[in-house]
Amino acid sequence: MHVELYERIWMWAAAGLLLLFLGAIFLTVGLQAIQPPSHIETVDPTTLATNPEFGTPAVRPRADGSVVVSVVAQTFSFSPDPIEVPANRAVTFRITSADVIHGFEVVGTNANAMAIPGYVSQFTVTFKGPGEYLIGCHEYCGTMHHNMVGKLIVKKESP
Amino acid sequence: MNGRQPLAAVHIGVAVAAFGVASAMGVLQALSIADINFPYRSESLYYLSVTAHGVLMALVFTTFFIMGLGYALAQEGLGRIIGRGLAWIAFALGLVGSVAAAVTIVRGQSSVLYTFYPPMKAHPLFYIGATLLVVASWIWGGVVIASYCSWRREHAGVPAPLSIHGMLATIILWYLATAGLAVEVLAMLIPWSLGLVGKIDPELARSFFWWFGHPLVYFWLMPAYVLWYTVLPRVAGGKLFSDSLARMVFILFVVLSVPVGFHHQFADPGISANWKLVHTVTTYAVLYPSFVTAFTIIASLEVAGRMKGARGLFNWIGKLPWRDPFFASVALAMIAFTFGGFGGAINAAYAMNSMVHNTAWIQGHFHVTLGTTVALTFMGATYWLLPRLLGRELRLPGLARIQPYLWFIGIVLFSTSYHIAGLRGLPRRVYSASLTGEYGAAWHGLTRLAAVGAVVLFLSALSFVTVVVATWFGGKRIQSLAFEFASPLRPVTALCVWDRYGLWTVLAVLLVAVAYGYPLLHLLAHRRYGSPPFQPF
Repeated sequence: MHVELYERIWMWAAAGLLLLFLGAIFLTVGLQAIQPPSHIETVDPTTLATNPEFGTPAVRPRADGSVVVSVVAQTFSFSPDPIEVPANRAVTFRITSADVIHGFEVVGTNANAMAIPGYVSQFTVTFKGPGEYLIGCHEYCGTMHHNMVGKLIVKKESP
Repeated sequence: MNGRQPLAAVHIGVAVAAFGVASAMGVLQALSIADINFPYRSESLYYLSVTAHGVLMALVFTTFFIMGLGYALAQEGLGRIIGRGLAWIAFALGLVGSVAAAVTIVRGQSSVLYTFYPPMKAHPLFYIGATLLVVASWIWGGVVIASYCSWRREHAGVPAPLSIHGMLATIILWYLATAGLAVEVLAMLIPWSLGLVGKIDPELARSFFWWFGHPLVYFWLMPAYVLWYTVLPRVAGGKLFSDSLARMVFILFVVLSVPVGFHHQFADPGISANWKLVHTVTTYAVLYPSFVTAFTIIASLEVAGRMKGARGLFNWIGKLPWRDPFFASVALAMIAFTFGGFGGAINAAYAMNSMVHNTAWIQGHFHVTLGTTVALTFMGATYWLLPRLLGRELRLPGLARIQPYLWFIGIVLFSTSYHIAGLRGLPRRVYSASLTGEYGAAWHGLTRLAAVGAVVLFLSALSFVTVVVATWFGGKRIQSLAFEFASPLRPVTALCVWDRYGLWTVLAVLLVAVAYGYPLLHLLAHRRYGSPPFQPF
């Protein structure tokens, strides 16, 4: 197959660019363990009300000062709401849905995951400094999808 | 061959009709998001219309256009269509299916968007209608392949015309992609929507959907590339820079564009981070053939400019036929794709995806790619095809000349605004950007600007439909123009490795088996509970 010189140079350059992109991704994966929320755990969506964890969605502190937030998304609200968490502590969100697929996005941060019935999404983030954030549902879930919002309040660390 | 082609023409006609209806819905959605009131604006109508817009644009417009183009190319490139009767039956099936699905949408029974994620349940006829459209496209693929096989028996040892090579690759890819959709719709959604089974696993269904959902965009893009490679250099007055690399590009799409679906599911539970990383690698790999295309096409245009006497480094650009509606459409589509491609690289960037996932950035992105790169190419191609298929002169050429530029202005306003609004966190597909009425200071101005862009886009779409209707019913009858394809600088005369369709199909199937086999089996190994149906619309 005949390939012109300039085209050959371009093809190598394009390959190099893609390797550069991938290299940057692999570096963050290898050095900083950065990855998207990819937890694998199932839960029965039809019996969430009696589930020991998701029956009472809440913020639960752990002994080391970090907190676990169990969230149930359902048409058209998040529970608990508002969610209050401490600043500068690891916050582990565990999210599921009681009906259709929803989204969970803390606006202005990279806390962003799907809420899928039958599955638990889990990821850990740390919020620096106190503040208030909007939580939006970003997956179409019905007629009032746009009304499905929640509030996240990050409070000063308790001593 | 010089003769009218009613089979191809009616497919293009259905595509343009779907496009026109969907465009009107699109502009109303942009106004609604920006909180600009209009009569009958309501939440339920908004989500109904998002569903109709998505289904009509992404499934009906594209599939019918591509089927029409495939028939036209088979007729011209191979001199035959084997199974013409079957092709007409397929047309009827596709049309009946599309109308059935559309009726359930308009009646408010299927506001589930074009992604129809369970456990949100549409009317069973929605799934059955969509299935009929896909079955029609399967028959179409069979007809084109049969025509190729018949031609091949008479032309041993000669490579297929490049346009046919591209269409064959598109068809192979389409069969691979729709295998995933068939599992989701036939084995899961239809029995569940009819009440034959009580529960469905939403994550498994999503995974099969995206097995189909990403190669779907290459099913749209590859026919556009066929037009770029085989028609554009000719219309520009030049030659195709490299025929053999074009063949390689189409084959790379066949091999690489299916095992990438997890990049739509980065934020999903149920799939391990490592398998998402595998799909990230294949996603970047499938960017490669588009990089090669960028060089070959631009080099072909430079050849055209130089053949017209251009001397300097850049003045060949001015020698190109910017007043030709086909040329202008494709050239602007290519400029849009530069930005769309880099936006896509950001979406695919594994963890960076968290900043944009399901925000307005995404609708900004796919209106640059599907909505401009593909749609504008198809619009321009319609101006080129119609006189040849109908034997009528293009009416209102002045309107056709400005229409692509109008589209480009509209899309710059529309997509730039939504990209930025998405970075600021605006969730996608919302009836109102103020959400409950209390939010939106960060993005309200941007959604207004996007609405202005949408109005410009709608004016452009209206111009396009007007030209098509005027030509169809009022164009001066002429002897059908010949289909003239670009000749390469270096003609290829012998078969090469890129012409071995069987080999590449086997490799593609193996890659899909590896990329999906383990993660899906892993998912199935868990205790899965399933969901009953919901209809919150």
